[in-house]
Amino acid sequence: GGGSGMSGKEGSGGFRKRKHDNFPRGQKREEKENVTPSSALMTSFKSFQLEIDTRHDKYERLVKLSRDITIESKRTIFLLHRFISAPNGEEILNESEVKLDAVRRKIKQVAQELIGEDVYQFHRAISPGLQEYVEAVSFQYFIKTRSLISVEEINKQLIFTAEDREETTNTTSSSHDKQPHTWSLKITPVDYLLGVADLTGELMRLCISSVGNGDIDTPFELSQFLRQIYDGFTFIGNTGPYEVSKKLYTLKQSLAKVENACYTLKVRGSEIPKHMLADVFSTKTELIDDDGLP
Amino acid sequence: MSVSDMFIALQGVLTADQDIREDIRKVVQALEQTAREILTLLQAVHQGTGFQDIPKKCQKAREHFGTVKIQLDSLKTKFPADQYYRFHEHWRFVLQRLVFLAAFVVYLESETLVTREAVAEILGIEADRERGFHLDIEDYLSGVLTLASELSRLAVNSVTAGDYSRPLRISTFINELDSGFRLLNLKNDSLRKRYDGLKYDVKKIEEVVYDLSIRGLNKEATPGVGGEK
Repeated sequence: GGGSGMSGKEGSGGFRKRKHDNFPRGQKREEKENVTPSSALMTSFKSFQLEIDTRHDKYERLVKLSRDITIESKRTIFLLHRFISAPNGEEILNESEVKLDAVRRKIKQVAQELIGEDVYQFHRAISPGLQEYVEAVSFQYFIKTRSLISVEEINKQLIFTAEDREETTNTTSSSHDKQPHTWSLKITPVDYLLGVADLTGELMRLCISSVGNGDIDTPFELSQFLRQIYDGFTFIGNTGPYEVSKKLYTLKQSLAKVENACYTLKVRGSEIPKHMLADVFSTKTELIDDDGLP
Repeated sequence: MSVSDMFIALQGVLTADQDIREDIRKVVQALEQTAREILTLLQAVHQGTGFQDIPKKCQKAREHFGTVKIQLDSLKTKFPADQYYRFHEHWRFVLQRLVFLAAFVVYLESETLVTREAVAEILGIEADRERGFHLDIEDYLSGVLTLASELSRLAVNSVTAGDYSRPLRISTFINELDSGFRLLNLKNDSLRKRYDGLKYDVKKIEEVVYDLSIRGLNKEATPGVGGEK
């Protein structure tokens, strides 16, 4: 067989051929594949290859979408932070709405990838992006209405129709015919909670910057709102998964910062002229910015 | 809805979730118990005296798989059918073990690799996700890898017990399995790590075959080298 050919390549002339057959490295491996190339076992492994590759590809596409969702949501949050200082608040809100629409189009692509799949199988791929989206959308909602958006409210916006197909180029074509006319993606309660926990960090920042702008009402409003959320999280306690209870610590810190800001405003606010409030907090802001902001 | 109402609702959802996990854990514990019993039963083949009545042991093991079926049936009722992967982690380990045990029985009986469909049938579950509680492909493959290391051990013990032909057949089998696995593009996950161990099983068996062949012990049992079976 093929043995005579390889003895030349081997270079160590002392070995006899029989020995090579029993110590298979390198060349022997190729031989093995020739044993029964189309046996039942190999046929089924070929189908496994296809199945696993398909699954990994989908996972990778979802990871990429999730990353895009994260980036765009973060940008929306940055934009919304300019809301307080800007004289043209309406404009910024509108712009943020446009950005969130773009994020939702990405989420639509996610939903399309997941048609007919078990959502939880790919949950780890998309969870970071969805949490960031919850953070962005709830931040915007707070600025507009001064209240907390519910998970149902968020999910209501994540029901998609098949109308605008032109954006659906990324998806597989084979399932197009079977697609339902509407489909949706549901944010899980845990992703919602984690997103809301992150929101509190943004609200803390908002509080500090609004003080810097001489706005004395917003901090008090925020401290009340944050306290409600904190109470909510305490109520959940360790019923939820580990990640949720982990966020509780950061949440407590954010709350403390906002409460301290309110305290300072109360005690010294009457003594200091409004236009100088910014100076009082500018030193404080630096301290706050130092620790643990995302 | 007020903030506190929202959190009360969420807390309710999370508690319900915990209850489901609790239920699942109980069934999984029972499954683990059955799996241990089957394993104990099959471990006897490694003893010199155990080689004689392999068919009888397989028979007994198959009876135990009846219990497994009942337990898996009860597991299916503990959570919504479309949330398999939400709770997958809870039964993943025991299911891989059961795949191994089923594959071991089938190998001992027929010296072939059990198909995914056949395992699913032995366990009383589906091979396809669409049809209900199913066997995940990675779990199936993990179980098969466990079989490989069990067989490399069996090869060694066969020699000790004086059965010189079995290692040759195991060698052919594991080599084919190895070629099969090399077709797969595995990610850097737990399955990949377990697959990395397969080469040591291959090596071990080939050493056994080598030991037999330099002493001419392989010819005693089988006419041709390499087990054409």
